[in-house]
Formats: sequence, C-alpha cells, structure tokens
Amino acid sequence: MSENTTANYSLGGQVPTGPKILTSRWESADGHTYDGYVRTGGYTALRKALTTMSPAQVHDEVKASEMQGRGGAGFPAGTKWGFLPADVHPRYLVINGDESEPGTYKDRLLMEKDPHQLIEGIIIACYAFGAAQAFLYVRGEMALAQERLAQALNDAYANNLVGKRICGTDFSVDITLTWGAGAYIVGEETALIESLEGERGMPRLKPPFFPASKGLYMQPTIVNNVETLSNLPYIVNQGGTTFKDLGGATSSGMRIFAVSGHVNKPGVFEVPNGITTFRMLFEAPEYCGGVRVNRKVKAFIPGGASAMWFFDEHLDLPLDKPTVDQAGSMLGSGAIVVMDETTDMVKACWRVVRFFARESCGKCTPCREGTTWLERILHRILTGNGRREDLDLLFEVSESISPGLAWPPRQTTICPLGPSAVSPIASAVNRFRNEFEHYIEHGRAIAGVEYVPMHAGSSHGAHAHV
Amino acid sequence: MSDVNDTEVQETPVVVKTTLSITVDGRAHEAEPGQLLIDACEDAGSYVPRFCYHPRMEPVGMCRQCLVEVEGPRGPMMVVSCMTPVAEGQVARTETPSVKRAQEGVLELLLANHPLDCPVCDKGGECPLQDQAFSHGPGESRFVEEKRHYEKPIPISDLVFLDRERCILCDRCTRFADEVAGDPLISFTQRGNNTQVNTFPDEPFASYFSGNTVQICPVGALTAKPYRFKARPWDLEQRESTCTTCSVGCRTVIQSSRDELLRYQGSDSDAVNWGWLCDKGRFNFENVNSEDRLEQPLMHDGSNLVPVAWSQASAAVAEALKTGKAAILGGARGTNEDAFAWARLADALGIEMRDPQLSDGLPAEVFGLPSASIEEAANATTIIVIAPDLKEELPVLYLRLRDAAEKRRSRILEFTAVSTGLTKYSWKSVPTEPGLQASVVRNTLGEAAVREQLGKGNVVVVVGRASLAESADHTVAALSAVLAEVPGAKVLPVVRRGNVRGAIAAGLGSNSNATEILTAAAAGKLDTLVLLGADPIADFPDTDLARRAISAVRNVISLDTFLTESTARASVVLPASAYGEKEGTTTNLEGRVTSVAQKVTARGTSRADWMVAVDIASRLNVDLGFDSVESIQRAMIATSVFAPMADGGANTREGVLIDQPATALPAVSATAGTHSSYDLRLVVSRRMYDKGASTAHSPSLVGLAQRNVLRVNSADLARIGVASGTSVRATSSKASVSVTVEADDSVGRGVAHLTFNAPGINAGDLIDVNASVNDIKVETL
Amino acid sequence: MSRFNDSNVTLAKEIIGRFPRAKSAVIPLLHLAQEQDGYVTRDAMSHIAELVNVTTSEVYGTATFYEMFKFEPIGKYCVNVCTNIACQLVGGWELLEHAEEKLGIKAGSTTDDGLFTIEDVECIAACTEAPAIQVNYRYRYKVTAENLDQLIDDLRAGRLADEIPPHGTLARVRQNTTEAWANTGIEAQAKVDAG
Ligand SMILES: Cc1cc2nc3c(=O)[nH]c(=O)nc-3n(C[C@H](O)[C@H](O)[C@H](O)COP(=O)(O)O)c2cc1C
Ligand code: SF4
Ligand code: FES
Repeated sequence: MSENTTANYSLGGQVPTGPKILTSRWESADGHTYDGYVRTGGYTALRKALTTMSPAQVHDEVKASEMQGRGGAGFPAGTKWGFLPADVHPRYLVINGDESEPGTYKDRLLMEKDPHQLIEGIIIACYAFGAAQAFLYVRGEMALAQERLAQALNDAYANNLVGKRICGTDFSVDITLTWGAGAYIVGEETALIESLEGERGMPRLKPPFFPASKGLYMQPTIVNNVETLSNLPYIVNQGGTTFKDLGGATSSGMRIFAVSGHVNKPGVFEVPNGITTFRMLFEAPEYCGGVRVNRKVKAFIPGGASAMWFFDEHLDLPLDKPTVDQAGSMLGSGAIVVMDETTDMVKACWRVVRFFARESCGKCTPCREGTTWLERILHRILTGNGRREDLDLLFEVSESISPGLAWPPRQTTICPLGPSAVSPIASAVNRFRNEFEHYIEHGRAIAGVEYVPMHAGSSHGAHAHV
Repeated sequence: MSDVNDTEVQETPVVVKTTLSITVDGRAHEAEPGQLLIDACEDAGSYVPRFCYHPRMEPVGMCRQCLVEVEGPRGPMMVVSCMTPVAEGQVARTETPSVKRAQEGVLELLLANHPLDCPVCDKGGECPLQDQAFSHGPGESRFVEEKRHYEKPIPISDLVFLDRERCILCDRCTRFADEVAGDPLISFTQRGNNTQVNTFPDEPFASYFSGNTVQICPVGALTAKPYRFKARPWDLEQRESTCTTCSVGCRTVIQSSRDELLRYQGSDSDAVNWGWLCDKGRFNFENVNSEDRLEQPLMHDGSNLVPVAWSQASAAVAEALKTGKAAILGGARGTNEDAFAWARLADALGIEMRDPQLSDGLPAEVFGLPSASIEEAANATTIIVIAPDLKEELPVLYLRLRDAAEKRRSRILEFTAVSTGLTKYSWKSVPTEPGLQASVVRNTLGEAAVREQLGKGNVVVVVGRASLAESADHTVAALSAVLAEVPGAKVLPVVRRGNVRGAIAAGLGSNSNATEILTAAAAGKLDTLVLLGADPIADFPDTDLARRAISAVRNVISLDTFLTESTARASVVLPASAYGEKEGTTTNLEGRVTSVAQKVTARGTSRADWMVAVDIASRLNVDLGFDSVESIQRAMIATSVFAPMADGGANTREGVLIDQPATALPAVSATAGTHSSYDLRLVVSRRMYDKGASTAHSPSLVGLAQRNVLRVNSADLARIGVASGTSVRATSSKASVSVTVEADDSVGRGVAHLTFNAPGINAGDLIDVNASVNDIKVETL
Repeated sequence: MSRFNDSNVTLAKEIIGRFPRAKSAVIPLLHLAQEQDGYVTRDAMSHIAELVNVTTSEVYGTATFYEMFKFEPIGKYCVNVCTNIACQLVGGWELLEHAEEKLGIKAGSTTDDGLFTIEDVECIAACTEAPAIQVNYRYRYKVTAENLDQLIDDLRAGRLADEIPPHGTLARVRQNTTEAWANTGIEAQAKVDAG
C-alpha cells in the first residue's frame, strides 16, 4: 500500500480537496439553466474546440488527460475513441446515464444539476471522433434528470449549440434524449445498445460485438459514461495535462465518490483522483466525519455492489484504480458503502445477492439460474432453514458462475453481472463465516448485530427535495 | 519440354493455403476459414456439448454449455466455442478439468429448474439434456428449493404446445421464428429467472413453419399436437426420404412405429431445405394413416362403386385401354418410376394425349431453359420473381429466398398483383395486373435503377403461375420479356405439385395439355380418361369444363388414395399406395432427383402406380421390360434425361440433377385488353391449406384451411360503393356467386382476389380457362 | 382498452422520427402509452407494433423485460421504497414495513381505492440520502415513518398534485422536434441499411 499517502494523511491536517471541476454548479440555484451555465463560463470550451482546434487536436487533449472512464470499467476514454475504425460512417455516441449500480449516485446529480455541462461534453466528443448523432440514454426512474435534460437540450438547440451548423461552423450533430424503463443490466454497454434498438436489454458477446466496431445498428459506436463526458469542457479549456495533474501518479482528474451507509455525513464528494484514502473520506470532517456513534468499520464496498468488499485493513489504500485493483477489488463507479460493527453480514450479503438475482437479464444459464439459487440459499439461512452443507454449496454454485472465485473474476457468463453476485459471498462468507454458521445453528444473527435506523444530517446540502 | 520458356518452368507454383491450421485436444486439424470453433472441434473428432447453438442460425452463445479453453497470450481462456471463429494457430482444449467443471456446472444449473418428467416427456430418449445429464451430470441434485412452476403445456398455436417448465431458454425456437421464418410471433418475455417463451396474449404463433421449432427444441418444451404421447423414440424406426407435398422436395426423415407413420422430421440438405419443413409437409402424413383411404379396387355397377378384386379391376382397365381413344391426366403426384412406367405403357398403347399438369402449371418448354438451382437462385445478385406467393405454395423455397434477401443481400425484384410473403423482403415489388405483365416487366427493366441493379451480377428468374384465372401465356410472355432484356438470366421454374418435372422428364407430358384433353372429353371425343392421382374437378382451374369432361367420358379410370369428386363418376377406381408406402425417386423443381422411401406397408391392397402399369401391360401382352423399381430405374438411366442417376447419386441426401434437353420458349402473343372500370380483374391463387386431400384427411390440418373471401383493395371497394365484410354478388362470364368481400390493401388496385380450392365458394366456377383473363363484376346483393 | 389518441399518434410519429430505425422507439412509445392510460394496455402494444412495423410479440417481449411497465392498472401513486444495501443499512426495510402497515397492503399490491401501489425496489441512486423512496419516480429523501405518513396523507388529500403527476407521467418537459435537426445520422444510417 502506498506509504506516501498514508504518511501524508492525518486527520485535522490538510485534507486534499482540490478544485470543483465537475460539481462547481451544484450549489447554485440556477446552475442547471442555460443562463446559469453560460454565466459561469459554459459553452466556451465548445466554441474553443470548434473554432480553434481540429478534431484530432481535441482527441489528443483527451488522450493527454489520460482520463479513465467513470462508468465502472475505468478504460481510458482517449484510447477507446481510437478504436473506431477510420472512415466508417455513420458512427454514434451513446451516453450511458443508466446509473443503477447500488451505492452509485453521481451521474444523476450531474444530469439534474449541470445538464449543459454534459451536453457540451457530448458535442465535444462527437466533434472529436466525427459522430453526427448521439443518444443520451437516461435511467427510466430519473424523471427530474429527464426533464432537466430535455429543457437543456431545447435551449441548446435554440441557441445553435446542438443541431445544424453549430456556432456557425460546418459541424452538425443531433442529440436524441431517450430513457430506459427499469433494468439494471441496461447499464452494461452492449445491453444499452440493445435497449436503444428497442430490444430486451440483454448483453451481446464481446467479441465479436465490440461497440467501437459493431455497436448501435452494427455501426461503430462509443459508449461513455455521463461523468466521463462531463469532464470534457474542463479538459478542452484547461488542457489534458492540467487535468491529468489533478490526480495522483496513476490516476488523473477529479473524481466523484458517493459515500453512504453508516457514516455521520453521507454525501457525494468530488475529490482528487488517487490522492485521498478511504479513511480520509470516511473520517475527515470535510467529508463524512467518521463512522456513526464512533463505531468501527466492519466492512465497506469500495466501488458499487459488484465489487469485492474491503475491511478495516484497507482503509488507508489510496482511491486509485491500480491500487484498488491490486488489492483485489475495484473502484468501479465511485460508490462506497460503509458498514459498521453492528451490521448483520448475512442479511447484507443476502440483500446484495438478491439485487443481482433480480437484475439478471436471463441470457446466460449460470447467471440466470445461479444467482437465483444463491439468493434462495442465503434466504433460507436467513430465515432459519440453513443446512451445514449450504456454505459449501454457496461456493460450489459460485464456482459455476465465476471459476476460481478470483479477482478480477473469470466468468462462465457473457457479462460480469453473474460474477458480481459472487462478490458479496466470497467477501462475507469468507470473512464472517461464524455469522453464517450461527444463523445455521440458531436461526438468528449473532449477538450485537442489529439495525440502527439513522437519519444523519445531509452533508452537502445541495439537494433540492424534489 | 526443352522449348518451354525457362521462367515458366522454374516458377514454383504458389500453394495458396485455403484452410487454417488449428490444434484440438492435441491433434492437428485443418479448419475452414470463417468456421466456428464448435464445428471445427466436431470435425476434428471432439464433439462439444451444446444447447443453444444451431448451425443454421446465428449463434447467441447463451446456454454456455459449449465452453472450451483456448490458448491466449495470458494463458488458457475459457470461450464459448459457438461464437469463436477459428484462427490460424489456435490451440483449443475441450476436455480439461476446468472445461469439464464448467460444463457440469451449467448442466447442474439447467437441471435445477427442469422437471424430472422424462418418463412422460415426448423428448425422453432423444433429449440432449437427458443424455448429457447422464454422461456429464453431477447425479443427485443439490437443488432443494421448489422448482419454477408454470401452467402445464399451453397451446401456442394450432399445432404446437409449449411446456415452459421444461424450457431451458436456449432461444432456438424464438430465433427460428424471427431469423428463419420471419414470423417473430414468439419471444422471450419477462426477465432473469422469470424469463419465458411466450406469444403475445391471445395471438398465436400462427406460422407455416411452426413445426420446425418442435424439431429444434433441445428438450421437450415444444411438442407437436400430432405426435404428442404417440411413441417413445426407442420404438421409432426411420428412413430418409423426400417430401413430395410440393415441388421443393425437402429432404425428410420419416419415422414409424408398429407399421404406422408417426412423425416427419426435416433432414438437412445443403442444396434444398437446410433441415426445415413447412407444417403441411411435416404433418400431412396423417392422411396416409386416414381411415378414409381407399383399400381395394372399386367398380361401378351401374349405380354404385362396389369393391372388386384387383384381377377384375385390372382386366376392366386393360379392356378399356385396348379400344377407343384414351388420355392420361396426372402423374405428378407419383414417383419418377410411376411416371416412367405409365409413359412406357402409353407409348406401347399409342395413347398420345397426356399431361401431368392441370393447366395450372407451366408449359413444358420452360423446364428446358437454362435452369438455376435453388442454391443459385439464393446466391443471385438479383432474383426476379414472377410467381405465385411462394410462402403459400412453395414454403421452403420462400425461406431460402427470404434468407437470401435478409442475410446475403440478394435483391428481389417482384412482379405481382397481390402482395406476397416476399413483398416485404423485396428490393422492389411492382404491381402488375393480369394480362399486362409483359409490358410492365419491359417498362420496369428499362428503368435506370433497375438496369443498374441487373448489371451488378447474376440474375435468376423465379417463374410460375401467379393466377389460375389467366392464361399461362401471360406468364410465358413476362418471362420472355425478362430473357430478352437479360439474356444470361437463369430460370427456376416453380410449380405446385411434387413431381411435375419428373413426370415430364419420364414422358407423361405431350403436345396436348389438360385443357385440350378435357375439351376433347367434354365434346365426346374421348372414350377413356385415366386419372393418375389427378382430381380435375378440384384442381383444374375451370370447374365447369372439368365437370362436363368427367361426365362425358365413358370410362374414367382413377388411381388414387382417396375418393374424390372426380373419382365418384369413375368406372374403375384403383387404390394407390401413398408416400411412405413405396420406394422410388422424385424430381423437384430444380430437376433434382432424390429418393423416396417406403417405411410402412401399403394400405389394404393398394399398389404403387408403376405396379398397375406393369400389371395392365402384361394383361395386354405388352413387354415393358421391367417389373421392379430397380429395373425401372435401369431403364430410366438408359434414357439421356435420367442418365445422371447412373452413379447412384439419387440415393444421396443432395441427389442429382437430371439432364433436361434444352428447349426454347414458345412464341406467344399475350395481351389482354384493359377492363372497364366497373369490372375487377380476377386473380385466383392457392394457399397452403386448402380442400386438397392431404390437408382434408389430416386431422391436425383440416381446420386450418380458411374460408374463401373476395379480397379487394379498399379504394376499389369505396369506388364501387361496397362495404368491407358484406356479401356481394360476383359475376364472371361463367357464373355468378355470392361471396363475402373484404377490403385488403395488399391486393392491387383494379384486382379482386379469390383463393382456389378453399372451403366456401368455389373460385373455379368463375373461371373460363380459355379466356386470356377473367374479369368479374361486383355488386351489392 | 386504448390505442393512442390522436395527439399521441402525432407525438409517437415525431418520436419515431428521432431514431435511425423505427424499432428504437418501442421503449419511448411504451412510456407514452403508460402516460396515456396509467399502464400499458394490450391495444397500446398492438398500436405500437403497427407504428414501428414489428409484431406484437416483439413489442411484448421488450415491454415485459422492463420493470417500469405495468400491464394491469396500478395505483395512481406508485410508492417505491428502496431496500437495497445503502438504504437497508439505515432502515429501508423498516420503512417498507411501515408503508405496508400504513396502507394495509403488501409490497407489490395496490390499495382497494386504486390510489396507492407499494413496491420494494432496488437502488434508486439516492444512497447518501437513505432511506429514500420515490413516488411516481419523484424522490423523497431521508424518509422517516412520520414523513411517510404525512406524504401519504398529503397525496390522498391531493395536496401534491402539482409536484407529483399521476403514475405514468415521466416527462413534463419534452424534447422538441425542431426543424433545425440535422438528421445526418438518420440519413447516413438509411444509406448503410440500403447497402
Ligand atoms: C452489469 C453492468 C452494469 C453497468 N452499469 C453501468 C451504469 O449504470 N452506468 C455506466 O456508465 N456504466 C455502467 N457499466 C459500464 C458500461 O458497460 C461501460 O463500461 C461504460 O458505460 C463505459 O463508459 P466509460 O468508458 O465512460 O466508463 C455497467 C457494466 C456492467 C457490466
Ligand atoms: S451474465 Fe447475467 S446479466 Fe450478464 S448477460 Fe449473462 S445472464 Fe445477462
Ligand atoms: S452452444 Fe455455445 S453457448 Fe450455447
């Protein structure tokens, strides 16, 4: 683990906060409006790109920024764009606003509170790789984000920032706003493409269906996350290297983390990527201000429900992709869920597995049948009907979905959803086997494990209740 | 050799390697480029288990049973072999412990929710899931939870039941419906563990191809109504054969138990049907088992048809043929051998008037044009279709052409008066009114865009009779117009009945066609009319002429499997054995000869047509020179047309093409005037299910024939002031009938459509076969 | 029950025109149907199939994949209580149980008066504001038993009509179809499809 960061860090000392490049308008009442956006420097990057830079130059800045995708997989955006085959048109940009990974909570805020920033990013991206149509796919349940984006698009069209001959240049692009209807798996990029084609959102096998070559309507397609694209105005305005330098040695830019669960001030924070440790995020007063009632961290999920769980010994890991990968989990979508000592691990594990069982698209046998089976075994244990052999069975069934139960997962499935269901089991059963055995023997949780419903005060106060 | 140019001699031939070298389980193997690993492994002797993969459909890689390990840059990788193309140097392992573990895992998970009802399941004994559970499965189930429950088999169509509890969600039936049949009427519904196959509520899987889903279902989830609970696979015996329901000649496997036909399955012929069958061809074997089959010869005793001995019946037939003037109609429903034997008998007796078609087919000359195979048609850059609705009449040819348009980017240029199954897959569908085809064709082929398309590559013309209410000359004229414009085009002639080409090649065609024969009969110029499986009253376009002919002839001699309206007046009726009851060969529309197999004992005392010919010949002291299928085939091989059968090719799955002598199209001058605006031009065509014997005597199919309605374009209905759904009077030069009219915009302007031989009003009553076209007047009652 | 009314047919055609291929409009049109009738009727699915030129079975297959589409009438207010991990940790389950008690129905069902449906849902992306709920996809954060009671009473009394439209209404602001649209993507894809 990086000694540097651990050594630099001390509570009460300087907590690295960094500039707000993504969340700068979240606090302002009209940040989501066209006027509010333009007043605060909006659309200058677009004009700059369109009038002073070639598409290749924009692409070069994005490459120089080394920005990793913020949708979960963390693939560098500039490199991904480079996979588009030359001269094959039409090509599309699809914006992934399906944010549904449990614990993840940032794209919605970016869409609700700063929709123009996203739109500006979208047009810049389309300019850089020559797409003439973009599809902005918002999660179905996000009514306010849909409305705000619709308004923002209408204003942007009216001001000649989207549509034909943008800002009087030769460049034209359409953005089509559309949304889903309740299916987590549609966040997976090929499932998203299926859904955009009016189909059931079932993932396609990669290869052969890498979106960059065979994506939407079998044409070259880039799928990027909302947060990824929202960074582009900054990158164009300030330059790729400036962006890069905001992050640590192996990460770049700022990054939004949502920290929820048993902390005093759960919240959504923009922090320098790669610098901060988990401990600081949980404990510094600038951020969550400690675990509630001064309890200890029992476990935490570092990157959304799909990730392997971490424990107190991981608190001082820097928030950076390679470090977290190496430690056996992932930063994923920047979703951190903290569980304190009172957490019932059997129930927590079951609840996360139930999510995957409910959300499996049903295409692959191991995922469709396996996740449900796992959920049912756990539910049986939880309701006092567990059997001794169930814990081995949990691992056996997990093995059929994710051979070796290793990290990064190997999989017998098309997409990583199936193997994700194995993460909580591999994490919780291995670490807290005694709690599971106690349920099996006594039909209830070990002592000291209980619910403490808690409604801590809001941390960032930037939410309008809608 | 010395004067050969040096450089040429020294040049070592560059061997272009056309295969890819891969290693499967340690064995070197040469694979075809573009092949999928699952097939390459199988070729290399390592069969990889699978459920969702089907070689005739796009792979989806979703059952995950075909996982294998492939050597990658970072060690072995698990891949689904059904979606991994072979690559040079690929090293695949199908039997490592991790592969076995993964396959066992998938199997255990598939079985978790699968009911253990194998003993009562139709698929039991031929079920890949059952087989693999035995060979790879973990044995005892560790799944103690309750299995998924659904309402037990639900009918998803008239012919198919679905048991969702047994379904393993392999996507085969749904992919078939969408990708192959083009009838996406069943889909996955719900999600995840609740995923199920289903139709839209109360909208059945009404597809002419539904039976294929039963055949390709890897478990017993889909079952066919005609076969349910009929037999266990281990009781079934089978032989490969050919379906003769229509002239496509799909390869089949016919299965029986205890001397009863029980099931037909499609057999995968590259050249013809790719394993598919239409539902009519798959299920109409029921008619062979029908109670109503003729079992012994019948003779008229003045008032009734009464059973007689074969000797008495044959003697009567011989007597009739010896004297007076005779003609032979039919023969296209039998084997090549049947037709050949009757043709030789006719030669010996000097019977010159013969026709295996009933003026609903094509002039024999069309078969002698440079001809295209189905494969060539499907690979053509442009496919010109001047034909009846292939989906209705030649269903599996429709599948092949649809596939060509959808997947191979062939372009279909269709000329039709009424939208067809192919219309929506056509690059261009040109409305043509009967009588005006040739000029429409000429105009269209003159358009710049069409000209450009035709110049892009080879052209095949699929040609047949789109309507029975017009002269065949219009079809010939349209074809001539195409050939004049595109002289290199090849022709695929389409006819409805199974063995038209074989019967013509064997000599059952002559210069007089059915119209001439029946006209002669009606005029009292014919003493004897032999009907070889022909029912002119039902099948000849002009019912009135057929009726008059049958009643005017002194001796009607009929060989048939059932009593029909035409046989009712026969003096002698001979029971014929049916497909599945006799050996031989048949010739499809391409001129492809394949074998048909006997699987069950012929019904009652019925005989193959050729036997009857041989018997009659011997009674007349004529030596035909053969007395068995084999000896007939030897005689056939001695003729040039059937010579390609010499090396036994007819017994292979793909068969052999006959050597049709080249002919030229007759010059026809076919023009029909335009009709008055009060009249509608009549188009009469067939649908898949009709009143024909094979549907009528198959209990599962009989209900599927739809009642006849008069279909007219809504604009025409509005013009003549008639409401859709009302009864109208339709009057032609021949008759006046009352019929329900329906607005249908798939019918072109100025045209009225009726179905031939459908329940309800008889379209044949309205047709004058000698008229160039038939117009009708439609009036409210 | 109902096919699209005339103004929705116009809107449906406009929506279809935004996509290079008509079938892409299936999900947006299902939403439109649900907005019109509160749930997706069979007639609406048939109408959508006609409009985008696919079979009813294809529309049905797509529609039933997605949880937000309801095929039977549900409550005017759909109360979605998140019980996923972040909410569970701070009382999501207890809140769900409270809602069930308050309304006298189990999750997944509808009150007899047709006003409320309760659903036990997965993460709704409000984790830091847990326990969170949505009513017709409008958020309520850090919900207590008391808040919930008050909310239900307010809804019942019609006090929140402005804020929370009836079930099915997602978009109160729509994207305009402007003539200024470039449509370059649509035209280009059409060319590719023509091959
Ligand atoms: C099961 C699953 C769910 C996913 N959900 C989301 C999501 O909700 N939002 C998202 O942006 N990416 C999601 N992803 C990742 C996308 O597949 C894809 O990697 C991402 O949108 C690419 O954008 P980026 O390169 O900008 O990160 C998901 C992936 C998987 C396997
Ligand atoms: S792993 Fe699960 S969610 Fe992913 S494609 Fe397979 S069945 Fe669907
Ligand atoms: S056969 Fe390959 S995944 Fe099913």
